[in-house]
Amino acid sequence: MTLFKSRKDLLYLAIFALVIFAMPLWLKPFGAGYPDLMQRFAIFGVFAIGFNILFGMTGYLSFGHAAFLGAGSYAAVWSFKLLSLNPVPALLFATLVGGVFAALVGVVSLRRSGIYFSILTLAFAQMSYSLAYSVLMPITHGDSGLQLASSDPRVLDRLFGADGTLPNLFGFSMHGMYGFYFCALILIGCFYFSMRLDRSPFGMALRALKSNQTRMSYTGFNTKPYARTAFIISGMYAGLAGGMLAVTDPLAGAERMQWTASGEVVLMTILGGAGTLLGPLIGAVIIKYFENIFSAFHPGRLYETFSFLPEGVQNFFVTIISPFVGEGWHLTLGIMFMLIVIFLPGGIMEGGKRIASALRNRRASGRHLQSRQFEPAE
Amino acid sequence: MNFRSVDRRRFLKTTAIAGAGLAMPTIFTSASRAQEFCNAPTGSSVVFGFSVPLSGPYADEGADQLRGYELAVQHINGEGDGGMLNTFKGSVLKGNGILGKKVEFVSGDSQALADAGRATSNRMIERDGAIMVTGSVSSAEAIAVQSLCSDKGIIYMAGLTHSNDTTGKDKRRNGFRHFFNAYMSGQALAPVIVDAYGSDRRAYHITADYNWGWSQEESIVEATERLGWETAERVLTPLGTSDYSQWLTPVANSGADVLVLNHYGNDMANALTQAVQFGLRDRQANGKNFEIVVPMFSDLNAQAAGEAVEGILGTANWMWKLEDEGTQAFVRSFGQAYGQPPSQSAHTGYVQALLYANACEMAGTFNPEGVVEVLEDFEFDGLGDGPTLYRGGDHQCFKQVLVVKGNDDPADRFDIQNVHQVVDAEQVTYEPDKWGGELGPVRSQC
Repeated sequence: MTLFKSRKDLLYLAIFALVIFAMPLWLKPFGAGYPDLMQRFAIFGVFAIGFNILFGMTGYLSFGHAAFLGAGSYAAVWSFKLLSLNPVPALLFATLVGGVFAALVGVVSLRRSGIYFSILTLAFAQMSYSLAYSVLMPITHGDSGLQLASSDPRVLDRLFGADGTLPNLFGFSMHGMYGFYFCALILIGCFYFSMRLDRSPFGMALRALKSNQTRMSYTGFNTKPYARTAFIISGMYAGLAGGMLAVTDPLAGAERMQWTASGEVVLMTILGGAGTLLGPLIGAVIIKYFENIFSAFHPGRLYETFSFLPEGVQNFFVTIISPFVGEGWHLTLGIMFMLIVIFLPGGIMEGGKRIASALRNRRASGRHLQSRQFEPAE
Repeated sequence: MNFRSVDRRRFLKTTAIAGAGLAMPTIFTSASRAQEFCNAPTGSSVVFGFSVPLSGPYADEGADQLRGYELAVQHINGEGDGGMLNTFKGSVLKGNGILGKKVEFVSGDSQALADAGRATSNRMIERDGAIMVTGSVSSAEAIAVQSLCSDKGIIYMAGLTHSNDTTGKDKRRNGFRHFFNAYMSGQALAPVIVDAYGSDRRAYHITADYNWGWSQEESIVEATERLGWETAERVLTPLGTSDYSQWLTPVANSGADVLVLNHYGNDMANALTQAVQFGLRDRQANGKNFEIVVPMFSDLNAQAAGEAVEGILGTANWMWKLEDEGTQAFVRSFGQAYGQPPSQSAHTGYVQALLYANACEMAGTFNPEGVVEVLEDFEFDGLGDGPTLYRGGDHQCFKQVLVVKGNDDPADRFDIQNVHQVVDAEQVTYEPDKWGGELGPVRSQC
């Protein structure tokens, strides 16, 4: 079996992998080249790519995806507590839990489509959040979050005499840069899988489902299994992402399941470009960047930045900019989101495509002109 | 190259080599970064990290806490009038920074959530090289950030966090809390309300349904029942509720004559305002005036509740109306800088920053091992809360607790409450291992 459908895909993946692995280099000038944030880029990238399989390809807008993320986190932390601090069983367990949970929610939610589906998933997510917050205290530890303790059983670790207090892959700490490369590998794997899915007959069926479910069923397809499979795959991605969150930072809290977290992944996907392969990842990076970097500016920092200007002008600039940074980062993100939705309904990917095609046209027309100019007359 | 010839084996081989090659530089950097302790300052300055909520329901408290921190940094560096640095007994700070290094700071929005708090703290530790992280307005974030800092080998000075767990079952050797807790509120408040309303009361509890709410309810129930009260009913409400009418309606016919609202933040403001609008306070029950008690008062949210606060008893960690010289010095310099009195959130932040700075100066190092040694069982005075002990057994401060009462005739929007009674530290002291948990070892390596 060949791994790639076309040479273009191979090149695409190779460049993708290179850009991801080189993140520490090119993110540094933006102030984002530190392990924790890059891990988050990769993790929420996986989450958004998985969400896109359901929303972008299949056309089901789930408003409760954070429930699977949270379930994955809890599963991974429990695996750390009971089995081993090794991330591999934790991630397998998290993915499995995400998938099973999605299958259960899917049984009910997928009976409807459109807005009703969205509301059903939202209801499930809020239910999971409330359960995790108070009812399931013994499993989730409520609002103070599920944490590791030195008294955890860790059956496998005890068996093999492995020690350590934090998640590690055979001694490599999952904090810091190793954690990032670990997440980056998973991200590339997930990206490859979604690319294969997109190019496969199954992906075609999902797109058919999106464009017109009724028509598809009239052509003899049973649409239900397709939607259900897409939902489960997407839930597994979310569970995996939740597990990765726990691997890099072994704590699981109920707030991961809140509807705001579900909304965030919708924003990520739309911002980057729903239905495109790369778009959701770009959206995830932008939103996490704003959340972590823009929120950290405070007026003192701004005064420093504009210190080269005369005082009056400096004050003017700081006054203008300060509502949009620090606590105002939501405002900036909101404005950007509005602008993109209004002018680029296909997200940032559409912007990229427009620029690319404009360049191509110009070059093409330029060549055309040139050839006309220099072609000798008959 | 013919792409058809790229089989699985070759693909794996190539990516493995490429991956290893790209990961190579980090091995060198991590080895070359070996240092005595995490983020050891090398230049002429040292960085503090302030992780406070600037958005979400606790944004007001977070913003005020940040003001407290900024003021503390100024005073440690010898700028401004020095504030409580002048009244801080037990201090060796000279107003020239810490160990001759100037203090700088970075800040971030923790959204009062565990995940966001850890993300922003991670940024300050990994990117900005913060030597210490401080700040919180919810216990969820405080506990989460405390365990993160402990794993990362730096010191965490908790901000506003009132849950017993922070220095109870989730305590860490690298984490310290100046703020009081739910248990202390119960111990301080119970005798005062029994004294004020009589010892034959029946209490109806409406409680926010999460860790803090339960522990608050538990401590009040336990302390009041010991003094003769009965508990009529204990009802849980979801966090973030805006309409409490369905929970308030049954109160009137429950046979209870006191309503205890175990809520905080906006929930407290909503529940209290609605309870008063319901006319509960104008009622008579069992031949007595119906009373409302709010065990934990947020001064900033009391402003939101407005007139409903009048005459309501509750507890506070500190209040700007206290008359000791520490408080007065702090209120004066805070007022000069920001034109308003500080909240208890700003106060605890300011004090924590000063305590950390002083501990480094006394230890002669920023190494967490030295700092922890100094702070454990450290005794001090003059920071607005009277004589205080930083107990070594659980890293909790033991000091006076204020019982506050809503002001009947406020002069302005900051004049919401008065100090009703100051409860001594002995009355609220408990055993360090009351809730289990263990401090574990000091961590100082990244």
